[in-house]
Amino acid sequence: MIKVEGLTKRYDRTVAVNAIDFEVDKGQIVGFLGPNGAGKTTTMRILTCFMPPTEGTASIAGFDVQKQPQEVKRRIGYLPETPPLYPEMEVEEYLTFVGRLKGLPSAEIPQRVKDVAERCAVADVRKKLISKLSKGYRQRVGLAQAIIHNPDVLILDEPTSGLDPKQIHETRDLIRSLAAAHTVILSTHILPEVEQTCDHVIIISRGSVVARDSVANLTSRLRGAEAIAVEVTGRNQDQLDVGAVRQKLEQIAGVSRVVLKSSNDHGHHFEIESLQGRNVRADVARSVVESGWDLNELRPVAVSLEEIFLELTASEKATEVKQ
Amino acid sequence: MRNIWTICRKELKSYFASPVAYLLLAMFAIIWGFFFWNAVGIFVSFSMQSQMMGRSMPMDLNEMIIRPLLMNTSVIGLFLIPMISMRLFAEEKRQGTAELLLTSPVRDMEIIIGKWLAAVMLYGALLAITALNFIWLFAYGKPDWKPMLVGYLGLLLQAGALLAIGTFISTTTKNQIIAGAATFGVCLLLWVFEWVAGYEQAAWAKVMAYMSVVSHFEPFSKGVIDTKDAIFYITLTFFGLFMTARSLESLRWRA
Repeated sequence: MIKVEGLTKRYDRTVAVNAIDFEVDKGQIVGFLGPNGAGKTTTMRILTCFMPPTEGTASIAGFDVQKQPQEVKRRIGYLPETPPLYPEMEVEEYLTFVGRLKGLPSAEIPQRVKDVAERCAVADVRKKLISKLSKGYRQRVGLAQAIIHNPDVLILDEPTSGLDPKQIHETRDLIRSLAAAHTVILSTHILPEVEQTCDHVIIISRGSVVARDSVANLTSRLRGAEAIAVEVTGRNQDQLDVGAVRQKLEQIAGVSRVVLKSSNDHGHHFEIESLQGRNVRADVARSVVESGWDLNELRPVAVSLEEIFLELTASEKATEVKQ
Repeated sequence: MRNIWTICRKELKSYFASPVAYLLLAMFAIIWGFFFWNAVGIFVSFSMQSQMMGRSMPMDLNEMIIRPLLMNTSVIGLFLIPMISMRLFAEEKRQGTAELLLTSPVRDMEIIIGKWLAAVMLYGALLAITALNFIWLFAYGKPDWKPMLVGYLGLLLQAGALLAIGTFISTTTKNQIIAGAATFGVCLLLWVFEWVAGYEQAAWAKVMAYMSVVSHFEPFSKGVIDTKDAIFYITLTFFGLFMTARSLESLRWRA
């Protein structure tokens, strides 16, 4: 449905998007994840024909964004970061205007307006001025605007930013319900949002794609691996050799990785990752005590998408420095 | 065509949903009403004088009231046009609705013409107020309506050209006030350019005087349609709209 190849966007000297490639199949919900300023909005603006790319191509439903923009525009619904609303219009009037703008036949517009207003739960305010609406309602009117012409592809730029937790929940449910009929790309910097709403995730950092996988794969890879935080100290204030402790921990069956978090004269903090389905806590405790050290702390640590995200985006920075 | 009308209707609705249109109409009605009252007052006192002196000079309503008033309107227009055109694109950029327009299946030119047309129509509504005053002349006298109509045509052409330039200026900023002030400056310059013709005969002075929008209106106020003046306004309109299109395109590249 969406195909992006070698897409690059440069502003003066800064590179906002650097040769990214990805594909989105019909009916998927794809989360576009990245820290602020990673190039999410720029990519979306190129996909919606708001701005042309410097290099590379992007196509939607087989139509190139540069060569056939009118065809592309007919097939996309776009909700920018700030919903594009006219405060002086009533909700119904606004949706009617957008319907006309998107080229819907005049006869169909009243019915479509009614449908999307109900779908997005704004039917009760349809006679209200947009300037009088709360932020949550505005966001939903923005969504209604994006789906009024029943587009193949929905492009949502941070659809839940600035909403309260209840509204966020409702908006996510709404987006999930839209996925049946549309292909959805949504950008966010909030990780749980991706876990809860998307099938696939594209992690972007500094204008490049750093990871691309299904959410199920990513989380299972992470969830399966349990991590525990351990603090080991030497008995009687002894100096403790880090290497020795690490070696001992690594020898425990089921441990996949040992990371030194911090260390001082008295003790060392480690994070231990175990293989999927293995509970190594008891073995770790026994091993430490048997070696004649003190175990000061042992607690499970939750691994979330957050960590892989931070790791990926951080390593990206590191490689850039090296270059 | 349908897209142009969609945009135009929305734009007119925005004018009348905010105080902008009413303020302009009221201001214009008051100022223009005062001008009209004065012109008629002078006309009446002049006719009394000539009666007392026993001379019955032919008095011409067209020449003494309508023509000077149309000339005044042409100048007042220079002050009102920035207020009409300043919000056209600046407001869309500020509100973020430009993204909606530019990602909808409409051509840039359709957006531009729709907006420009709405501005011209609002100016047309202002002119309609002046026509209401002239009705009194028809009720109590016999002015010639044909030169008057030509005068209105000239006013519309002039406004079309200046509004096109105002539309262009409006695309260059997010701030209505800046767009309005810049347009006002340009309108004013295009008026005073004709002054150089008073003391300078060189080619550059001729070009400058030629650029003056008000001097091109003079024949229209007399009821004369001169193609060279009409073409001047139409060219300026095309130039303004063309620049708007280029500016929107560059907005896409830079934004």
